Formats: sequence, C-alpha cells, structure tokens
Amino acid sequence: MELKTELVEEIDALIPKYPEKRSAVLMLLHKVQEDQGYISPEAVQWIAEKLELQPINVQELVTFYPMLRQEPIGKVHVKVCRTLPCALNGAYATCEKLQSELNCKLGGTSPDGNFTIEFVECIASCGTGPVVHVDETMHENIRPENATELADQLKAQVKSS
Amino acid sequence: MAVAEKRILLKYADEPGYTPDIECYKKHGGYQMLEKTLKMKPEDISAEIMTSGVRGRGGAGFPMGMKMKFLDRKSGKPIYLVCNADESEPGTFKDRQIMYKDPHQLIEGMMITAYAINAKLAFIYIRGEMQEGARILENAIKEAREGGYLGDKILDSDYSCDMVVHRGAGAYICGEETGLLESLEGKRPNPRIKPPFFPAVLGLYQCPTLVNNVETLCNVKHIVEMGGEEYAKIGRPNNTGTRIWSVSGHVNKPGYFEFECGALTYGELIYDVCGGIPNGRKLKAVIPGGSSAKVLRADERFKGKLKDGTEFDWSIEDIPLDFDGPMAAGSMSGSGAVIVMDDTTDMVEAMANINAFYAHESCGQCTPCREGALWLKKVTTRMVNGGAREEDADLLKSIADQIEGRTICAFGEAAAWPVQSFVAKFKDEFIEKARAQANGAGKNGKMGAFTLA
Ligand SMILES: Cc1cc2nc3c(=O)[nH]c(=O)nc-3n(C[C@H](O)[C@H](O)[C@H](O)COP(=O)(O)O)c2cc1C
Ligand code: SF4
Ligand code: FES
Repeated sequence: MELKTELVEEIDALIPKYPEKRSAVLMLLHKVQEDQGYISPEAVQWIAEKLELQPINVQELVTFYPMLRQEPIGKVHVKVCRTLPCALNGAYATCEKLQSELNCKLGGTSPDGNFTIEFVECIASCGTGPVVHVDETMHENIRPENATELADQLKAQVKSS
Repeated sequence: MAVAEKRILLKYADEPGYTPDIECYKKHGGYQMLEKTLKMKPEDISAEIMTSGVRGRGGAGFPMGMKMKFLDRKSGKPIYLVCNADESEPGTFKDRQIMYKDPHQLIEGMMITAYAINAKLAFIYIRGEMQEGARILENAIKEAREGGYLGDKILDSDYSCDMVVHRGAGAYICGEETGLLESLEGKRPNPRIKPPFFPAVLGLYQCPTLVNNVETLCNVKHIVEMGGEEYAKIGRPNNTGTRIWSVSGHVNKPGYFEFECGALTYGELIYDVCGGIPNGRKLKAVIPGGSSAKVLRADERFKGKLKDGTEFDWSIEDIPLDFDGPMAAGSMSGSGAVIVMDDTTDMVEAMANINAFYAHESCGQCTPCREGALWLKKVTTRMVNGGAREEDADLLKSIADQIEGRTICAFGEAAAWPVQSFVAKFKDEFIEKARAQANGAGKNGKMGAFTLA
C-alpha cells in the first residue's frame, strides 16, 4: 500500500513522541482513516509493519473502537447523539427527520453515496442537545423542528463540494 | 435571588475577546504560577495540594493530594502524568469548555503538577470526537514550547518535561483510568484489575502514573496561586473549591455553571439558575452526577446523619450542590452532570436509553458486565417495544444485583446503579407499563419517543 508522502512524514514525526512505538497505533489509525475514509486490511498490515506489531494487534483495535471503520462511508458523515440528555429533548425524532430529508437509513449510506447517518453516544455537548456531529462540526440544538434546516444546509454543502 | 457563580476556572473562558492563544493567556496573568512554582521545592507544591483538600472532578472524588502521595517514587522508573480528557460520562460537558476556550490554563496546571511529581512526560488523553479540541491543544502546546513553558529546560530551570496529545476513538471505557492507560499503550482499553494495577504504582508502561481529570488539574494552578489553606476556605470542609456543573435535560436554561461547593442546593440550581422546568411542567426526577449515578425522585425524602453528626431531612431541592450532599442522599455527584427529567418522562424509556448506552460501552472482559449489561438492554428494549411483563422490574433488579461488585472495573456499578435505583423508585411505572400493554396499549411507546412537543 502506498501512502502520500506528507502523510508518511506526519506518521514518522508522530511515532517518536511516545516512549514505546506501539502507543502511536491509535493516532496512526486516525491519520490513515482521515486520509482514506476507512481502515482497509492493507492499512492494518501497513501500520502493523510500521510499528513492528502483528496485524491482529491493529485489527483488534479497528473492531473495538466505535470511531474506526472497515468500510467506506458517504461523503458526509452525520452522527446523531442518542444518549439520554439529547433523547429527552427529541434526538430520536431529529434523527428520523434527518433520515427522511437526506434519504438515508440509520446505520447506512444514502443511495447517491452522499450521506451516512449513525447514532452515537453522548459527545459531551448535552446542554445544547440534541446535537448532530457532522464530520468534524458540532451542530447544536437540532430539534425535530429545525432538522430540515440542517438537512438543507448539508445538501447544499454536498452540491458545492 | 439566585446565588452568583464563582468563576475561578472559567473566569475568562466566556469573556468577550478572550482567545485560546498564548498571548491572550499571558495578558491575563498566564504562566506566572509556573514561573513561581519552578522556584519552589516540588514537595512544597504537593503539600499545598494536600492542604487544599481538592478532590478529583472526574467521577470518584478522590483527594488529589493523597493520590500524589501514593506515587511510587522509589522504583527508579520514570513517573508519568496523564490528564483524563475523555469526558464521556453522559451529561458531562465541562472539560470541553476549558480545553476549547482556555487550553493554556490546563497546560499550566499540568506543568505545575508534572514538576511537583517530577514527571518528564505528560499526556492529554482527549476523546476522539473532539478533533477540534485536539488541534487547539496541539497548537497551545506548540506555543508553550516556543515560549519556554514546556519542553527542555523550562524557563531556564533544570526541569524538562514534554507533553503529548493523544486521541481516543469513541469508547466510553477509555475514561476509566486503567482502560485509558491500556489505550494509551496502544492496546484494547480493557481496564486492569486493582490491586495490583493502581496507576500510582503500576501505571503507564508499568511505571508510576498520576491520572487526573482536566478540571482537577486546572485547580492546581489556583491552589498554588492562593495557597492550599486559602483554597480550602472556598466551599465547605471536605468539599473544597468550586465545581463546574453541567445541567441538561428538561430545564429552561441548560448549561455549565461554576459554583463554590455547597453554596447552593440542587433546587436552587434547577429553579433559580436554570430557570426551572419548561412549559409549566413539574420536576419528576434528577440524576445528580452523570448517568452512572443513582436517580433521585422528586417526591422522595432523604434522611440521615452527616459525618459531623447533624441530622438532615431533605427533598431533592434541599440537597447541597457539592460532593457529600448527593452522597448522603444515596447517590453521587460523579462528574457533576445534572440530568433533569420532568413529569412527562417515561421512566421505562429513560431506563431503556441508559441501558442501551452501557450495553454498547462494556469492554466485554467480565462476564457479569458484558452479559448483564446486554440483558438489561434487551429487557428494557422489549418493554418499550410492547412486550413488557409485570415481573420485568424484579428481573432487571436481579440482573443488576448480579453485576454489582463482581467486575474488574467500576463500569459494572455504573451499569447496575441506574437500574437498581430506577426500578426501586419507579417500580409502579415498570409494572404499569406491562398492565397497560396487556390492556391494549400495545406498543405504547418506542425507544426514543422522547420529545418536548
Ligand atoms: C466507566 C468509567 C468511566 C469514566 N470516565 C471518566 C471520564 O470520562 N473522565 C474522567 O475524568 N474520569 C472518568 N472516570 C474516572 C477515572 O477512572 C478516574 O477516577 C479519574 O480520571 C481520576 O481523576 P480525578 O481524580 O481528577 O477525578 C471514569 C470511571 C469509570 C469507572
Ligand atoms: S466491568 Fe465491564 S467495562 Fe469494566 S472491565 Fe469488566 S467488562 Fe470491562
Ligand atoms: S447526551 Fe448528547 S451530547 Fe451528551
């Protein structure tokens, strides 16, 4: 597997920050996933070799951590918090609204490949719930009533990208 | 009149024009305490922290000074400092405020602590979803290094210490300190058994390690500034300093608020500070310290004797907002997350929501936790989906009782306590759910019918 030169440079700079190489594995997984969209078997192999680990040492993290994935997803990743404080303020209804507006089923990707919607657990912004984390941006107070507005904004974002 | 906030940690965070860069921080007196401490003896700093009585703000409320004392300094191994910035207890959103708006305060608190314990390397373990927070911290560390406040020969002293930001990847169990350390070592975050793996002795890479929460570490700067004794005058005995409370759920003005410990009650927080319950509804229940804490019922009376011998007879509204108040009422202040539920809340649904969380987050190492948390979820999900049975309340209790005390880490209790308390305090609702369904209510709710409409 070939990785971009800048990415390899970033990775090479990261590893020596830790007293033990293995500690860098999660940060490497983040870097690779941010670049490639998901963690492929080749990526697992590459990271394992880089850190002198067995592939299983990397693979078992990919299957454990909710943020790491083994399949590509839609262009825009919509994560709706479903934990109690957000749920008390309508997160489930917000999620239903987003699914219909974006033509995307929970846990899946829209047929046009634009959106993936998932439930996530509390993302530490409960005072402004329901919250919807889109890629790296937090959208706050997304009540069912204004979920359409967010959906429109996301559709426009895809169009202009 | 509502009690005024006492903002020490959040003094500047929300001030208009206050920015997270080092220039702004220094204009507001930043890094002067680090400069001062580097001229002090490390053991004198530890002594100030001990005198201050500051308790951990991450969940367990353990005195920080004691934990520093437990550090094994004779092993000859390097000592590490780890900041727990995983902020993942449902309902909690306080550490975020500091890291995003005032990152240098955390770095200064950490560097002072690192110097006190002679750590040469410090980590900030930040939850994976806070990508932006990680960037802000990385940038602040870079600025601090350039300014000579961390790295080699800090402020021209003989002391050197570096700092690394490490990102988690969405797992709640990484907030548990030994799970966090495993994660930081690049392994699955399976918590370690204590004893023998107390971080202070066998922590990161089996070296002595001090793990503290973001808010706790920020306090260190202020303890050094005012002196442990002065600090201890804030709040109440055994409950010193301020705390940042995160309020969510059914209140008119949710948010984060910093108060002197014990300066007000849960009632004042909910009604005066947060504007009460929306739409003229009534309070039904409060979870006083994050979803792992036992729920309190609005019409419950809490009676007993405080440690100093005084008798109390409280409703929720009278419970002092500090560490010992909710503890005396049979629950805990945990991470300071107050989740408020009004009288429209279906407690079976709320329970189902909480159980889904713990089933998802169990690391799976201990059978009672892995299987128990899953069964708790299965039972309550069935209940809200139309299959409730009258005996479910007892079934839930029996599963929870079989988890508590039988696991490697306190996640087991965190999963069991909500169930034990919901079922004990709202049993009639659990039974009523089954009766209503039997009488044709059928699927009278589904997971997440929660709305405010
Ligand atoms: C399941 C579980 C989750 C936890 N999550 C967090 C967390 O997100 N943040 C935190 O600071 N402490 C968390 N803790 C508490 C830590 O284990 C540890 O007590 C704390 O980091 C110590 O810091 P303190 O003494 O400054 O509070 C959690 C504990 C358990 C059992
Ligand atoms: S109690 Fe649960 S989370 Fe903790 S170690 Fe056991 S299985 Fe893992
Ligand atoms: S419950 Fe949704 S952010 Fe905390």
